[in-house]
Amino acid sequence: MTIQRAYLFKRFERFWHWSQAALVFTLLASGLRIHGVYGGLHFLTALRLHLYAAWAVSALWVFAIFWHFTTGEWKQYIPTLEKIGAVARHYAWGMFLGERHPHHPTPAHKQNALQRLAYLWLKLMINPLLWGSGILLLLATYNWLPAARWAAPGQGIALAAWAHTAGAYLMLVFVIVHVYLATTGVTPLAHIEAMITGWEASEE
Amino acid sequence: MVAGLHIGLMALAAPSALAETPPGARTDLLQSWNGVLPQSRGRWTPVDHGAFKQLAGPFKTPEEVTQACLGCHTQAARQIKNTIHWTWSKRDPATGRMVGKKNVFNTFCANITSNEQFCTMCHVGYGDTDPNKFVPFQARADDHVDCLVCHEQTGDYHKIPFLGGNPAPRHMMVRPGCAEFYGTDKAYVDPPDLGKFARSVNVPGRQNCGGCHFYGGGGDGVKHGDLDTSLIAPSHALDVHMDAKGLNFTCETCHVTSDHALTGGHYHLDAKPENTPYQRGNPHGGNPVACRSCHGDAPHKGHDVSPTLNMHTANLACQTCHIPEFARGKVPTKMTWDYASAGKFAANGTPLSIDDKRGDNIYWGVKGDFTWGRNVVPAYRWFNGTERWMNMGDRLAPGSDGVVEVNSIEGGPTDGKSRIWPFKIMKNNQPYDPVNDTLAVFHSFGLDDNAFAMTGDWQKAITAGMKAAGLPYSGRYGFIHTRMYWPITHMVAPARDALRCGQCHTDNGRLASVPGLYLPGRGSDHLPWLEHLGRLAVLLSLIGVLGHAGIRILLWLRRRGGKR
Repeated sequence: MTIQRAYLFKRFERFWHWSQAALVFTLLASGLRIHGVYGGLHFLTALRLHLYAAWAVSALWVFAIFWHFTTGEWKQYIPTLEKIGAVARHYAWGMFLGERHPHHPTPAHKQNALQRLAYLWLKLMINPLLWGSGILLLLATYNWLPAARWAAPGQGIALAAWAHTAGAYLMLVFVIVHVYLATTGVTPLAHIEAMITGWEASEE
Repeated sequence: MVAGLHIGLMALAAPSALAETPPGARTDLLQSWNGVLPQSRGRWTPVDHGAFKQLAGPFKTPEEVTQACLGCHTQAARQIKNTIHWTWSKRDPATGRMVGKKNVFNTFCANITSNEQFCTMCHVGYGDTDPNKFVPFQARADDHVDCLVCHEQTGDYHKIPFLGGNPAPRHMMVRPGCAEFYGTDKAYVDPPDLGKFARSVNVPGRQNCGGCHFYGGGGDGVKHGDLDTSLIAPSHALDVHMDAKGLNFTCETCHVTSDHALTGGHYHLDAKPENTPYQRGNPHGGNPVACRSCHGDAPHKGHDVSPTLNMHTANLACQTCHIPEFARGKVPTKMTWDYASAGKFAANGTPLSIDDKRGDNIYWGVKGDFTWGRNVVPAYRWFNGTERWMNMGDRLAPGSDGVVEVNSIEGGPTDGKSRIWPFKIMKNNQPYDPVNDTLAVFHSFGLDDNAFAMTGDWQKAITAGMKAAGLPYSGRYGFIHTRMYWPITHMVAPARDALRCGQCHTDNGRLASVPGLYLPGRGSDHLPWLEHLGRLAVLLSLIGVLGHAGIRILLWLRRRGGKR
């Protein structure tokens, strides 16, 4: 067994990942407080955090989307069925037996079939749901749209809020699974190290 | 970066809100305005009435004082007689109903009719001094307008109960239980020097208006909850505008007056004013009494959360956050009243009176049981400014809870005209005619045998009251629960004491029962199935990853053991 190292994550990707991680945690924590899931923190403090983090993550996403398209990295998320059975079997079974991962990441193919599907789900479902409903909430509550009749109290605004809530729960599930799967590299810290240094270790 | 975001937040939030801000609606304007006006009321006009020969006196009757006033102020009586202060009656344009004390019920002493000689102690006119002879307002000559009650500045002018609004015409004994209104702690009053009052006149101060409006319902603070004698010289904490050491507003600073007609009043409110604010540089026609006249529609400024606070003005009256409690000036206000228990007399024949440990009167034979409140949290309701007032003789229309509302408030979340307002809700259990299905008009106050205060006899009191109102009475009476809404608008607290976000944005908060809103943090607005599903998904994913990790660790340990 040899350990192969590949430079997978460029500087921007790592910056994007960790700043987004911090913002997502901030948004989840403040959002759950605003939602009334826990107390302690002042509502206004939570709201402030949530608004600043929301604007920051929106700005970050604009940069990230630009980066993905200018570098062609968006192709990393094209869904594939290649080795999908083997990859699924690995997470459900082979990993327990200490088997090697069937996918060997390279700069051109960083993600296995399941990762591609998971991130596509994140980027095309969860993020747009949160972003879209969040923008609607801002437009409605701050009355930025003139004569926003649909934003009359208790009308469309509740729908946007419920969509935002649904997005938040989906994001929370994603974060839980994502954080756990970060420990499933060749060593428990291999993936995390890769996201810090850019260099991913995998078994040949 | 944070600074950049801050500016971004402000810039993005500001445009639509600020666009509606009337020009010149700035708080610093108020500050400088106050700087221009001297603090002392005495110097507000260049006239010292004390120097006028016409007011040298002596005056034998209050009417002579009025004649002296009218000698120069030729239009004053005619103006007063066109105001609700004189008529106690007007038509509410919103409902087409007649309002004013003469026409409506309240849930305190219930009605004016048949009690006029007592109640007109707070009328801006002089009736007959005979306790049994009420002269209708429209039948009174111009010199029966009472100029002094609003304009005298000595603070010693008192209109005496049962005398139709006259000051003491002769040496008189104080009636038990009424000392507050005679303005003396002695057992008697003597005729006052009317000339002294006449020579003191000036623009009305808070104690002039307060002489009646602070004592509504039968005593200091009883009626409104947000108006009592603590506002004669209030602290900043009690009222930021009337603050005696600060802005020192009089009532008329907001209740702007022209031709002796005041603006404001609670038979109908501008709950969500949208017309032009009443300001210099604007066409007139707006309502000067509304907060918006000075503060605009985007009153919070210079703070990163200002736009967030400003968006609340779409749905909330300013008063909702900025008057967190009423009756904050140590004077309690009456919250409930139960006429059904009235009529008990003490051994000496006077109405029984019971005070609690704090000195609050909790029972009086003339009126029944009371409860009082201090620092009362208001009730919150959607309100479009329209109140539907019951008139005498109206059929009872109790709500689903069996309570009759003498002024039901209108409005809701979707009519575009309503805001959530704070209210004092005053409850009574008052006599009614179960056969004719009407609230009883009854004769509570008088010096005759039919007056409830004298005999405690409901049958006589209701018979006399209904007769005076020209209404049929079946001869049977019962008691029915009633409710009255009092929009709260005075006692504006400093910003630091305004409601905190978390007092509404929570379960069981101030707005827990207000419908038609999505209120972040209020659990009843959540979709129950979504919350259950979401929490289940989070729980399952936690169980999933912990289970997966457990198996990984267990089998890794086994493999490691095997290799050994």
